Amino acid sequence: MTESSSSKLLNGDTCHRTANGKKAARNGFVKNHCLLQQQQQLQKYRRPKEKSIQSHHVSRNAALYNKPFVESFEETPLLVAVLTYMGYGILTIFGYLRDFLRDWKIEKCHVARERDEQKDFVPLYQDFENFYTRNLYMRIRDNWNRPICSVPGARMDLVERVTPDYNWTFEHTGRVMEDVINMGSYNYLGFAENTGTCAEESAEATLKYGAGVNSTRHEMGNLDKHEELENLVARFLGVEASMAFGMGFATNSMNIPALTGKGCLILSDELNHASLVLGARLSGSTIRVFKHNNMQSLEKLLRDAIVHGQPRTHRPWKKILIVVEGIYSMEGSIVRLPEVIALKKKYKAYLYLDEAHSIGALGPRGRGVVDYFGLDPRDVDIMMGTFTKSFGAAGGYIGGKKELIEYLRSHSHSAVYAASMSPPVAQQIIASMKCIMGEDDTSLGRDRLRQLSENTTYFRRRLQELGFIIYGNEDSPVVPLMLYMPAKIGAFGREMLKRNIGTVVVGFPATPIIESRARFCVSAAHTREMLDTALARHRHPLRLQKSRPLIVRCCAVRWHQSGCAAFSAG
Amino acid sequence: MDVKHMRDYLGWLYYQYLLITGIYVLEPWEKSIFNTVLFTMVAMVVYTSYVFVPIHVRLALEFFSGLCGGQHESAMALMS
Ligand SMILES: Cc1ncc(COP(=O)(O)O)c(C=O)c1O
Repeated sequence: MTESSSSKLLNGDTCHRTANGKKAARNGFVKNHCLLQQQQQLQKYRRPKEKSIQSHHVSRNAALYNKPFVESFEETPLLVAVLTYMGYGILTIFGYLRDFLRDWKIEKCHVARERDEQKDFVPLYQDFENFYTRNLYMRIRDNWNRPICSVPGARMDLVERVTPDYNWTFEHTGRVMEDVINMGSYNYLGFAENTGTCAEESAEATLKYGAGVNSTRHEMGNLDKHEELENLVARFLGVEASMAFGMGFATNSMNIPALTGKGCLILSDELNHASLVLGARLSGSTIRVFKHNNMQSLEKLLRDAIVHGQPRTHRPWKKILIVVEGIYSMEGSIVRLPEVIALKKKYKAYLYLDEAHSIGALGPRGRGVVDYFGLDPRDVDIMMGTFTKSFGAAGGYIGGKKELIEYLRSHSHSAVYAASMSPPVAQQIIASMKCIMGEDDTSLGRDRLRQLSENTTYFRRRLQELGFIIYGNEDSPVVPLMLYMPAKIGAFGREMLKRNIGTVVVGFPATPIIESRARFCVSAAHTREMLDTALARHRHPLRLQKSRPLIVRCCAVRWHQSGCAAFSAG
Repeated sequence: MDVKHMRDYLGWLYYQYLLITGIYVLEPWEKSIFNTVLFTMVAMVVYTSYVFVPIHVRLALEFFSGLCGGQHESAMALMS
């Protein structure tokens, strides 16, 4: 199946059209030559007048991918897809059975439901999401929201809990599961620590400034720490100015409405984070969604937008804003930034880049995707990111031109109404950022960056060798491992925890229904042994034949991958 | 040793069955319902095939041999 979709991509014509199915859009094994081919193909369809821009585009394209951009999204093997749907079918039948029992009061209902007085109103708890939560999610709920009781560093301590009634309620046993290997935190550079310079400096800042000032930046909340932070961030990003906010989510959801409004168009990647989606909706602009990381789809939308203008009136759009993320946290893919920038320049749109996961985690100097592709940060109009991941702190920033930042300072809701960032948090960011930049006179930052990229490569390579289906770019520290079947979500999480590894498993609302996955976040704090243990414990079930959630998939995958390997070699 | 190996293998097969059908996440009584239903269905299929397949096979054989035989006979008739 992969073969067919990839070869479809390789013969330029089909790949020019965006309508070739969802799967083909996911660009299995697209490499440079394919991109160029696509571009040349596009060029053929252009009118001569546009030629000069286009040839510029092509040469940029060739020059810009200075390294192989290898990103793979294997298609779900057919057998696995069928079995997955069958599993969901069986679970749904049992869900209806349980709902029936609850309805007839044969079984106690633990969740919210309509009261008798509300019987004639519009039902509140009958849509699919509710059904799903009640009958599928509840059964494997013990894999999520596990309480921890230590720093979520490379290892962490979990509070042990048991459930007497199949996950409807939990009780703490009072015991602690110690030294669980943490593969679930976005702690890319390992700055989530309670020792070391960062922690000490934050402690000092707490003593000096207190925990917070409970006022906005516009009133009494502006501290020298904030200004220092913003200057540092601007320097780090290589932009003119920047601005820090206390919350990453609000940075997106409150600043997009400040930037666009009615009569503007937002082109958003289909897998964008909820905060970006919320921001786009709040702004009241028209939103069009392009296929994940698919430049043909984006270009088509851009052209249509320019050719047709606004619906009905056909006036030109006031602004066109392209919203993309650096690393997509569910797919592990990296945005095709060089191409996005080329398109943005060609069609004179603006670009909003959310670097929540990529800042600190990508690039030779840890400065995100822009650094990774070796681009000019000034080409990105709005650089957004969060401090929540790599910096081990909290909050978000926006970087860009001075005028932009000044405009946002007075117009963004989260600047005007939100309390300013807590000083110890700001200090943590300053300290960790300086460490990454090497301004603390140690090579710690550089070591961490190197360690992260080594760990990423190693972990991805080993998983691939073991025959698992993993998604995403080979340089992305987010590694989604496909599980597919609903029962495997539960089984994988539990079995891994039994083996002292904490992972994140992701199911339906966050992913398409048949593409459930486990997500590993590789960190610089992980040592080779930890990764090896994690990997061995994956294999463990296969060898010991005691509890093998993986073997069937593994076989399916092995067989499937040999096909792929043959293809990519050929 | 061999028995243990066999037991392990069967346990593993059952585990795979649980995972693939999705009943791994169900409560024990639901699991038993599912297993019972599945078992009954399989048993019925096996039983029906046991009862009816031989009859049908025989009928089919007779039919085809009738066809062949008939042809044969007519061929014979032609020849003679
Ligand atoms: C892409 C993206 N943007 C924004 C956020 C929100 O950041 P925060 O958790 O700091 O509020 C996240 C967090 O998960 C994210 O993944």
